[in-house]
Amino acid sequence: MITQTPRFLRPITAGQADVGQAMRLTEPLPLDCGRSLAPVTIAFMTYGTLNPAKSNAVLICHALTGDQFAASDHPLTGKPGWWTTMVGPGRPVDTDRFFVICANVIGGCMGSTGPAEVDPATGKPYGLNFPLVTIRDMVRAQKMLIDQLGIEKLLAVVGGSMGGMQTLQWAASYPEAVRAVVPIACAARHSAQNIAFHEVGRQAIMADPDWRGGEYQLAGTRPSKGLAVARMAAHITYLSEMALQRKFGRALQNRAALSFQFAPDFQIESYLHHQGASFVDRFDANSYLYITRAMDYFDLAGEHAGHLADAFRDSPTRFCIISFSSDWLFPPAENKRIAHALNAVAAPVSFVEIKTDKGHDSFLLEEPEMFDTVRGFLNSVAAGVV
Amino acid sequence: MNITTPIPAGLRPDLAAIAAMIRPGARVLDVGCGDGALLEHLVRTKNVDGRGVELSQQNVNACVARGLAVVQGDADTDLADYPSKVFDAVILSQTIQATEKPLVVLDHLLRIGRRTAVSLPNFGYWKVRLSLLTGGRMPLTRALDYRWFDTPNIHLCTLADFLDLVRLCGASVVEAHALREDGSTAPMQPYAWGPNLLAPGAIFLLKKS
Repeated sequence: MITQTPRFLRPITAGQADVGQAMRLTEPLPLDCGRSLAPVTIAFMTYGTLNPAKSNAVLICHALTGDQFAASDHPLTGKPGWWTTMVGPGRPVDTDRFFVICANVIGGCMGSTGPAEVDPATGKPYGLNFPLVTIRDMVRAQKMLIDQLGIEKLLAVVGGSMGGMQTLQWAASYPEAVRAVVPIACAARHSAQNIAFHEVGRQAIMADPDWRGGEYQLAGTRPSKGLAVARMAAHITYLSEMALQRKFGRALQNRAALSFQFAPDFQIESYLHHQGASFVDRFDANSYLYITRAMDYFDLAGEHAGHLADAFRDSPTRFCIISFSSDWLFPPAENKRIAHALNAVAAPVSFVEIKTDKGHDSFLLEEPEMFDTVRGFLNSVAAGVV
Repeated sequence: MNITTPIPAGLRPDLAAIAAMIRPGARVLDVGCGDGALLEHLVRTKNVDGRGVELSQQNVNACVARGLAVVQGDADTDLADYPSKVFDAVILSQTIQATEKPLVVLDHLLRIGRRTAVSLPNFGYWKVRLSLLTGGRMPLTRALDYRWFDTPNIHLCTLADFLDLVRLCGASVVEAHALREDGSTAPMQPYAWGPNLLAPGAIFLLKKS
């Protein structure tokens, strides 16, 4: 059942790296755009052991630029997994108790089927021929993966940012297949401001001459500059004004006085340059286009004639929503909107707003209050089940 | 006033008196639920479908760890988002005197729940009156142990004042219990003159008439 990832031409993606396990979906994946995708490969990592009752499975959903390496070293960068503070032995998502699955989203570039993969119909990389995918498509693919793994019901689905959107979609699409969800720093819809920032990023990529209309793989180029600018712009939205001021202020980088030139004078500039430069080594530009688009399209209420509450009517799933006070990308008010919609249909929901000045990225950082909340919630969900 | 309510182990007496007002299996919203002690008691012993609202994040975490569904929020601003009559009972325990707009809050509580249980300290209690009369300064008592400039209790009232507010909201008293100094409770006549002088606090069960 579990196959090795087929190795295609993937210059800026997983390439020859070990992407963990990979599974070929046995059925074509129907997509919201009307097309269907086949064949579909899902690359994923698992941590811990599935119990005989198969009742201890927790799915972790990654954010826009995340991947399946939540709790183990990244094969390309060699850096620790992106959520080792949350997932691991003795951690809030305790791999000594839970069987943790984390899958690369479709449209991604770490081994799951995406625009950098070869289209079997043409023998060339998909590029812009890859269909537009949505958050619901991503979750549909995850559900097929879970089914093929023989797991009927997940104990929990946990994720932040775009991962949080996926947790909400899980609860809305497959309420019978998930006992509890933990949406962190997310919203039930992408706001106009968020769409605007994404469009800036996409335009930066497409304005790079090396993007070549999306066919840069065939041309042997990489739109690194455009992708780096996209990352720099986005990265600002992940932080907060307060945190930027605290960390960098107007401090100069490797100089005592202003240079009166355009080379980076300020520490914040070289920090952003570094963020951009390191990102292009591990991420595919077309994947960035597709995944940001998926987030833009996300509007859970839209699927229910504008009534968010209807997305969760009669839901047996338990919710624990976590937000951060200084997150201006997905502000606490957006998170709370979900809680109120759930209250309106009397669904069991908890909501916390954690005070921090670290902005949206707080969910990836050392936030003891978040860990306590997740640990307490998962323990109460697991009681009597695991 | 001799029939005292037995106190379940570990539960504050005023909370126990409120618990006694809740029917088994009811859907309950506890506004200002603290660490969730009352909610958990109600879920365990009366199998209620319990929800909470709580301002303090630490308290919300304690509730979540108990397996309770609690939303971090503020009674003054968040109650407007709750739909009408979804709850059989709404509880506001020792909180109304700390709200910014008691009238608006009580109005929402009566709208959200079929029954509303409110407990509050009594500023008309004789020790409070005596303290003000003899000392000439804002009273400090066991129930009201903050100085005037750092107290969260910004809307103190007597039981008679509170009953005026109940009338103003178009509600009536279904049950009333005096809260005594030793923490025990006893049924009382809400509109008699006695409790407003003799009870340090009270619990009322209200309904919109």
